[in-house]
Amino acid sequence: MKVGAREYSLWTIAIALVLIFALVPVLWLLSISLKPASEVADGRIIPSTFSLENYKSLFEGGWSASPFLHPLVNSIAIALITTVIAIVLASFTAYAIARLEFPGKRIILAGALAIAMFPPISTVGPLFDMWRAFGIYDTYLGLIIPYLTFSLPLAVYVLVAFFREIPWDLEQAAQVDGATPWQAFRKVILPLAAPGVFTAAILVFIFCWNDFVYAISLTSSDNSRTVPAALAFFTGESTFTEPTGSIAAAAIVVTIPIIVFVLIFQRRIVSGLTAGAVKG
Amino acid sequence: MSEIVLEGVTKVFDDGYEAVKDLNLDVADGEFVILVGPSGCGKSTALRMIAGLEDISSGELKIDGEVVNDRSPKDRDIAMVFQNYALYPHMTVRENMGFALSLAKVDKAEIDRKVEEAAEKLDLVQHLDRKPANLSGGQRQRVAMGRAIVRDPKAFLMDEPLSNLDAKLRVQMRTEVARLQSDLGTTMIYVTHDQTEAMTLGDRVAVMRAGILQQVGSPEELYARPRNLFVAGFIGSPAMNFMAAEIIDGKIRLPIGEVDPAHVDGLELPIQGKVVAGIRPENFEDSAIVPDATKAERGVLFEADIDLVESLGSDLYAYFHIESEGVQSDQLADLVGERLAETGAAGRREGHEQIVARLEPTSKVRRHQKAQLWADTAKLHLFDPESGERLGGR
Repeated sequence: MKVGAREYSLWTIAIALVLIFALVPVLWLLSISLKPASEVADGRIIPSTFSLENYKSLFEGGWSASPFLHPLVNSIAIALITTVIAIVLASFTAYAIARLEFPGKRIILAGALAIAMFPPISTVGPLFDMWRAFGIYDTYLGLIIPYLTFSLPLAVYVLVAFFREIPWDLEQAAQVDGATPWQAFRKVILPLAAPGVFTAAILVFIFCWNDFVYAISLTSSDNSRTVPAALAFFTGESTFTEPTGSIAAAAIVVTIPIIVFVLIFQRRIVSGLTAGAVKG
Repeated sequence: MSEIVLEGVTKVFDDGYEAVKDLNLDVADGEFVILVGPSGCGKSTALRMIAGLEDISSGELKIDGEVVNDRSPKDRDIAMVFQNYALYPHMTVRENMGFALSLAKVDKAEIDRKVEEAAEKLDLVQHLDRKPANLSGGQRQRVAMGRAIVRDPKAFLMDEPLSNLDAKLRVQMRTEVARLQSDLGTTMIYVTHDQTEAMTLGDRVAVMRAGILQQVGSPEELYARPRNLFVAGFIGSPAMNFMAAEIIDGKIRLPIGEVDPAHVDGLELPIQGKVVAGIRPENFEDSAIVPDATKAERGVLFEADIDLVESLGSDLYAYFHIESEGVQSDQLADLVGERLAETGAAGRREGHEQIVARLEPTSKVRRHQKAQLWADTAKLHLFDPESGERLGGR
């Protein structure tokens, strides 16, 4: 497609505006995190003095005393475990939905969609009571279960779309070549659905990583509290100082894993991986 | 290598549609059999049942004497080439071709040796490490065939493997397929809708229509003695000409003249009443070219208004029409769409039959002029207008 010079520059301006809109708050956060406590409220985007004080305070005291290290590890562990379970379950489910005819297929899809639209906050109260009765309140499992409930429908939807794109003939070719259904799935279908798998993985990971409602309601200690919830418990140096600087620093730190995660998997999300399989 | 036997094989889909009805077919060891028919005739479904990709609703499928109805595709030791090739896009050509062997846990060196051997046969050696996306259509097609021959299976199944290629490449690959099959000597079942492919490739050709096998035989047999109107109209290009005729007082009355049944090859009377007569285009000739002795001996002389002349250099096609009440048959109706595209024989009018004659290129027949033509009625085909079955003898 040929893009005219005029159109090109209009697009450039539009994209620049969106980028500025999205990135200015992040820059602001970065700037605050680099300011010493006394200058936090000075309103300058470029700090007059750079200090790593806020970052140091996050990790001060090491494993036992730091208010941040435990939640960071919790966040990473819970998000990763949820992502792995969700992707494995969702890829089986999505494969069945995309390939097989079975009764209740529509109900499963409709149910998944309904759950995805359900407001999480309405489940918090019952879950709180149930989890305490079951003894999984303030545990990894207590967070992983609700995260799975909400991320599975999302992952299933994404994967069904990708599986449907894969020509059925490929799988049949594999069967004729002597593959069991499982081998055909693992060696032919899954590698081809990789972009979909990674897309779903990123979405699930981000969902778990960013959740605040469940994290604050279903945890009570560093046992399982994740970063978004832990930030709310940050304290200033004294009762009267706001912990703005350290919250900003923590926010910057928790953004890094997401960026890394997306950058790693983004390379895999290339469309046209199935090119050349079948003659259109 | 092995023998494949279908006994009363039937396929009924979940929605009740009967795609293949009571199919009986014996494919001998090493034989090259073509399943041919218009689209939707059940030929691909039949092939997929042999491969194990479709369940067999009833009947028996035997490979090497063993009933394999309930075996999964992987346990049938059969290789299939798909119409759209179905290459694994994430694997190189080498991996594509070796996939079946690696699944069978053949050791690495052996796989490499076999893949390279096949690649040599198919002229793919320099492409072994490329991915399918970087290959041309013809190369992909060869990889698909390579994937099949590497395995040395009991039989090859080919589902319209050439239909996605352009015309020139198709002819080239057609000879390639024929050469491969005769080199390997492996049983092969080949599905196509193209009667030219069917006639040129197979030891035997099985013609299907609407899920029912119409006739099985050598290409020559199908051409010379089609069992019914459908086979007669499907095999041969341009298609056989049909006209309404009647047998009265021991004479066959054609719209172009009267024929003595004694002069028709292989015809055994008595037949009475209305029939459909078929004459192949090459059984017409410009009367000026036919020796007088031949004309005296047999055939019909008649005059025709030539509508159109197509000169191909080697042949000359003359199109004309005759007064006829028109031939009505379901079997022919099925063919209309197929053949119109191929022969360009459009412009049917009520009460007229369009006739194509293949004449010597030296003929002086010209468009919009009257021409004296001769029809070799020794090669006349007669069919029952109701059932469409061939009439008269063997």
